[in-house]
Amino acid sequence: MTTQTEQHGAGHDADHGHGLTDAGYIRIALILAAITALEVSTYYVDFGPLFMPALLTMMVVKFVMVVSYFMHLKFDNRLFSLLFYVGLGLALFCYIAALATFKFFIS
Amino acid sequence: MADVAVHADHGSDHGHHSSTGLSNNKLAMWLFLGSECLLFGGLISTYMLYRGRVSDGPHPSGIYDIPFTSVSSFVLLMSSLTMVLAVSAAQKGDDKKTNLWLLVTALLGSTFIGGQVYEFTAFYREGLGFTTSLFGSSFYTLTGFHGVHVSVGIILLLSLMGIIRKNRVTGNKAEVVELIGLYWHFVDIVWIVIFTLVYLIPS
Amino acid sequence: MAIIERPTSEAAVPALATPSASLGALKRPMTESGWKSWLFTVDHKKIGIMYGTVAMFFFIVAGVEALLIRLQLAAPNGKILNADVYNQMFTMHATTMVFLFAMPMAAAFANYFLPLQIGARDVAFPRLNALSLWLFVTGGIVLNLAWFLGGAADGGWFMYAPNSGPIFSPSNGVDFWVVGLQIAGIASLIGSINLIVTVLNMRAPGMTFMKMPVFTWMILVVQFLLVFSLPVITVALVLLMFQREFGATFFDAAAGGDPLLWQHLFWIFGHPEVYVLILPAFGIISEVLPTFARKPLFGYPFVVFSGAAIGLVGFGVWAHHMFASGLGPVSVAVFSMATMAIAVPTGVKIFNWLLTMWGGKIWYTTAMKFAIGLVLLFTVGGLSGVTHAVAPSDTQQTDTYYIVAHFHYVLFGGMVFGLFSGFYYWWPKVFNRMLNERLGSWNFWLMFVGMNLTFGPMHILGLQGQPRRMYVWTPQRAGEGFFNLAFWNMVASIGSFILATGILVFLINVLVTSRKGEKAELDPWDARTLEWLTTSPPKAHNFDRIPVVHHLDEFFHRKYVEDTATHTMKRVADGADLVRAEEAAADKHIHLPGPSYWPLVLALGIGVLGLGTIYGIPIMVVGGVMILLGSFGWVLEPSVADDSEIDPPSLDGSTKEIAPLG
Repeated sequence: MTTQTEQHGAGHDADHGHGLTDAGYIRIALILAAITALEVSTYYVDFGPLFMPALLTMMVVKFVMVVSYFMHLKFDNRLFSLLFYVGLGLALFCYIAALATFKFFIS
Repeated sequence: MADVAVHADHGSDHGHHSSTGLSNNKLAMWLFLGSECLLFGGLISTYMLYRGRVSDGPHPSGIYDIPFTSVSSFVLLMSSLTMVLAVSAAQKGDDKKTNLWLLVTALLGSTFIGGQVYEFTAFYREGLGFTTSLFGSSFYTLTGFHGVHVSVGIILLLSLMGIIRKNRVTGNKAEVVELIGLYWHFVDIVWIVIFTLVYLIPS
Repeated sequence: MAIIERPTSEAAVPALATPSASLGALKRPMTESGWKSWLFTVDHKKIGIMYGTVAMFFFIVAGVEALLIRLQLAAPNGKILNADVYNQMFTMHATTMVFLFAMPMAAAFANYFLPLQIGARDVAFPRLNALSLWLFVTGGIVLNLAWFLGGAADGGWFMYAPNSGPIFSPSNGVDFWVVGLQIAGIASLIGSINLIVTVLNMRAPGMTFMKMPVFTWMILVVQFLLVFSLPVITVALVLLMFQREFGATFFDAAAGGDPLLWQHLFWIFGHPEVYVLILPAFGIISEVLPTFARKPLFGYPFVVFSGAAIGLVGFGVWAHHMFASGLGPVSVAVFSMATMAIAVPTGVKIFNWLLTMWGGKIWYTTAMKFAIGLVLLFTVGGLSGVTHAVAPSDTQQTDTYYIVAHFHYVLFGGMVFGLFSGFYYWWPKVFNRMLNERLGSWNFWLMFVGMNLTFGPMHILGLQGQPRRMYVWTPQRAGEGFFNLAFWNMVASIGSFILATGILVFLINVLVTSRKGEKAELDPWDARTLEWLTTSPPKAHNFDRIPVVHHLDEFFHRKYVEDTATHTMKRVADGADLVRAEEAAADKHIHLPGPSYWPLVLALGIGVLGLGTIYGIPIMVVGGVMILLGSFGWVLEPSVADDSEIDPPSLDGSTKEIAPLG
């Protein structure tokens, strides 16, 4: 197990601190901008039953993109991801459960 | 046993060793951000629960100015790009470029805060005070908290610029920029959630 | 796991920029003795001792509050306290015990022993550690200031609406309570991040996660609970503050608000908090039981993983505090099941402890007695806990003395006994003095008898229907026969004074032994973990040479070797000799972080800012300015003192530094 660990560590070390090139970041930002434009368009165009799922999906995509690329989680050690996503997961679980007891999702 | 040899010089060297090989500061920052998820989660949930409870004053759908907020959201989103460019410059050891991008980030952040001040003022004129309704209280609490986070971020960015210029950064400079960058991006992703859940999805 | 043992290559880390002076105007407080060496210290051991001292002070304060409550309820128509003061008394008793005694006392143990147990020279962020301490002290002072400024908080420790509102709590007590807890919360949050990073990153070479002592493991779990639960109470307190100071109506049912929102937020924090209180005690006795049973802990991985499981499931059971609030059948069923499930890992632990003692050569020291007391009393409390998990039964018990009995069995019988076990076990390590065992025995038995006499009858009182927080009772309502309230209330009150006598004996023990107690040997208990592989008390840099770890219970395995023929452990070295050998092979250049003014300045600033939320904007501005200045001082100060600042300058030119950051 230790050996595996070391290898993983070494492989990771190579790309630590690099992430994307500046051009890569700009590309990500353009995608984020495009998604935001699409989000705003829901205000003007009727998406029908797709409205809510589409908006939530776009929100999650943007969120994950910023976290993975701008915050380097995709390139960094998995321990950082673990610490962050445990917090996020607990937040989702606790607050959704609490809101559910208020019958928030039924009405 | 392999790990033993690795650490034989632990504590006797000026270098920076750690059991995981990761930076203490970065671990602490990610833990803090994980914790902040539960802070903003609580404020967002409070808003979600109360957004429809309008005993008095304007209703959410009647007061939000989506085009305006879209622009300021876009500004904050782009400040994340300039922030990551600052981090990238800092990792290349380019102080000048780092400071330039930090300045742009701080300016974009200030624009966002300016927009928020304008928005709050406009809402207040339209009759939505802090105590007007549960909607008002929870809206101002949530967005105000976020605004305070952005403002703290701006102070951090400006201070960092000053400290870099005077060359008084204690510790690893690129990492300090990265840490403040992480905080800044987090504030941005919180707004990504707020923008959708609060503004775009009508109650 | 990818997180174990990977070094950073030297080249990847640029040399640290260390400007020569801290801030010009202020000289670093480098003295190594006197009050300044305590006030500005960043040494985790000094900080631990200060945490413990302040926590002990608050333990006595809250204990006196408890005695006043018991005096009032001893006989019908009590006249000791009026209703208003009584409300303040039980609110502050609980708040003080939980936030100003239990948590900081656990922090004291964690601060002192966690770095020692993992073979580190300090925590990851020494200055943040000092900040945590001073913020906790500030929070404690703010909470208790209310007594002198118009009355303390009086809404019960979980401060339900509408009790927390201006109609039922018109004094500033609740405002002080909110601010004080908020500040204490920041202290715990910073402390928890600090300790997690310490455990992740500062372990001695060779100490993998599964070679860490159980105490360290339990503290790690607790810090994760804190880091993810404290922000929730922060939200709750912020909403309550905005309601009281700025006129919002978040929890005001009359204005359309939902009092249940507070309950959810409070208990999403509050239930993990329960495990925050008990797990450190579990950790302590998991060290004490093997040492005095002279056997390794039975099923180490089970104890570790059940602790982690308790932590995780602890986030999913909060609504069992709210069964009587009309959650609806589905929620009640779900949370009831989850609550019963959490009894499983807890039971696993109990059995592990029992099997650790099974067949051991048990040495009945005071520490061991308290540890066994915990196993016994916690089991009683745990069983009454299962009766609350059953929702129909809980609806009968909610807000009666039965609940009071339950949580005192787990918190006093569990947590406090664990902490006392820790006092007796580690006292020689910290102060180089043995606590007297004869007085210790009196201490234990008085507390054990007193505790059962106080809280045992409360089961009966509760099932007979005596409501919690009731400030007076009349003979007409006491009933008759064996189960009459008058008799058992009297028994509980007498018990409480026996209990208090036990604690008094502890204090006497401390006083007596500090004057003429016997000096401790280096390894008085034939202990098992790394904190004993150094002098008592440990030197400022903890270890002369950072130990290299090969085993769980490393210190034990350096003293004992298995005889392959008979499969018994044979003693091959003396603990004291091992310590002296380490001393002889000491590292030459040990770097320690320098003391700092800024944690204290920052903590004071946050305190002033907090009081400003009650007394007005100008005071807030003063606090804000202090925080800003303190932060700049902090950031600009290198964490390592320059040679020129050390007074007198070090002789052989060696500098002191352990953690480059903080």
